[in-house]
Amino acid sequence: MSASIEKGINALKRQVDSTVAAFFSSCVHCGLCAEACLFYTETGDPKRTPINKTEPLRRIWKSEFTLVGRVGKMLGLTKKVDDKFLEEWQELVYDSCTMCGRCSMVCPVGNDITMMIRKTREGMAAAGQAPAGLIGATTRSVTIGSPMGVKWPALRAQIKHVEEDTGLKVPVDVEDVEYMLLLSSMEIMNFPEFIEAVAKIFKKAGATWTISSEAFEATNSGIQIGVSDIAAELVQRIVDVADKLRVKTVISPECGHAYTAIRWDGPNLVGKAFNFNVRHILEVLDDLRKDGRLKMASKESQRLTYHDPCQIARRGGVIDEPRNLINMISDDFVEMPDAGKMNWCCGAGGGVSANERADELRLKVFERKKAQIDAVKPDAIISACSNCRIHLEDGLEEYNMDIPLLSLTETLAEHLADD
Amino acid sequence: MTEIELLSWARGPGLQIASIVFVAGVIIRFFEILVLGRKANLAEAKGREMSSGLKTMITRTVPDKATFKRSSVTIVLGYIFHIGLFVICFFSAPHILFLKDIIGFGWPSLPTAVIDAFAVVTIIALVATLVNRLTNKVMRYLTNFEDLLTWLLTFLPVVTGYIAFHRIGFTAPSLLAIHILSVELLLIVFPFTKLMHAFTLFIARWYNGAISGYRGVAS
Repeated sequence: MSASIEKGINALKRQVDSTVAAFFSSCVHCGLCAEACLFYTETGDPKRTPINKTEPLRRIWKSEFTLVGRVGKMLGLTKKVDDKFLEEWQELVYDSCTMCGRCSMVCPVGNDITMMIRKTREGMAAAGQAPAGLIGATTRSVTIGSPMGVKWPALRAQIKHVEEDTGLKVPVDVEDVEYMLLLSSMEIMNFPEFIEAVAKIFKKAGATWTISSEAFEATNSGIQIGVSDIAAELVQRIVDVADKLRVKTVISPECGHAYTAIRWDGPNLVGKAFNFNVRHILEVLDDLRKDGRLKMASKESQRLTYHDPCQIARRGGVIDEPRNLINMISDDFVEMPDAGKMNWCCGAGGGVSANERADELRLKVFERKKAQIDAVKPDAIISACSNCRIHLEDGLEEYNMDIPLLSLTETLAEHLADD
Repeated sequence: MTEIELLSWARGPGLQIASIVFVAGVIIRFFEILVLGRKANLAEAKGREMSSGLKTMITRTVPDKATFKRSSVTIVLGYIFHIGLFVICFFSAPHILFLKDIIGFGWPSLPTAVIDAFAVVTIIALVATLVNRLTNKVMRYLTNFEDLLTWLLTFLPVVTGYIAFHRIGFTAPSLLAIHILSVELLLIVFPFTKLMHAFTLFIARWYNGAISGYRGVAS
């Protein structure tokens, strides 16, 4: 990734389209977006107001794409985008935004601010102004195939363990199946129980599926850092394998941004509609439920709540599905205030967890999540994103809260009916 | 120049110039935005784009409960001065007569006392908006020269209109001339500043609703 300020400016120019122009034209500096952002509400720092994070993109739009701005540029009146300015904004664009999308839901003029921050990252990355942690994760994704450096032998070993533990076969590189399961590195290394859960559920449901040894990584660092070329390359690896194996549906696992990357950005990144469907694991499980292929034998006795991962709910449209599924296994399910499409982010999405520099900040802004959890006092929290899960565990520990975190898929597998 | 000459310039050439700049400016701005276009979405849709976009164009007028609670001062002031400006602008008898001369038809006006009340409330709300802008931590941080200029250019027509109507100070023709000139200033600056949001917010809201709706989320 060679980078320079010229490349950064050109990348920002390429990001300007009619949506960006309409959004910037409409902003009245009302500041309402600040109150929707946990990085503002928990720090009280006005710099972290969402629309302010898009300032690099706004300057380029103004000076290159408006009449007034072009005249101003000729007269030398416009504010410049240079290395110093971008360096100053790095902390706002990467450390102080999880791209959770709450600001886009409250802006009274309708600006999709989150999308503009995502676009701003394209310019930042091209100018070499991305955090070291994310650059490392992205480089590993390209060269090794996984942001955490997980290679196929590691997954093969985990699969072997799962097969030994369950006596079930985990299909690898099988053609013409219903589903191809993707995994996040986090699941492979920290939560192999997820693979076990899917194997059990699919066995009971009689679903055919496979994992590919060539493209199993669901996460996409290119999306987080904001380098579309790399994001496209990572998506293309999955597309090639899915086409080769002729699978009907590619499953995005319990990971938030991975779903955005493959489901919504994927076809647009590679410039071609997919020959297969993409579904989140929760959508697949809810479909199995509707078809009567997912049956439960028992229920959880504890009080449960559900944390909506931003990219799956607000930015992904998977909101009813987890609730349908939880209702199968719980009589004591409580919603946190603002749950669903207005849920508060855990504070570690959008590449924040891969950026060590933001560690202190993400634990600070967790206070928002803590308040939400405190309001319902659950015995356990269910979620469907391993990144949320790791960070929620971190945050709960930091604030001395003893509440276990559960994966929805894994919890369902524990209650499967025997028939 | 006598005050009668000033008034006739304001009502004649002045208004023509301001109107031309306003209309041309708005068209240029729309063109600037829409000519950029956006790429077709190749991802399989989960919901509808068009209907969701249209819905958000209207629903974004009302904030969600939590947002209202957190930013009630800004929101209430915003409602008051927007509604106030609309009512004064389009329902005071002199304005309707003025517009009737240009477009050929009129509509019933509101009683003077009602318009008066709206004007006073709007003036108070606009002053409070400025105070809010300068004292609210976030707004103060975001505020730039354009925010202050557009505030002033919105404020002036309301105040000069109120004064002209009640003939405080100068003689009537010069007061009316000042009022009309202040409106012309507003018209000229309108397309090239954030005042343009009055039009573009509908495009922005449509895009927002469409982007969310495509993914099956009501925004």
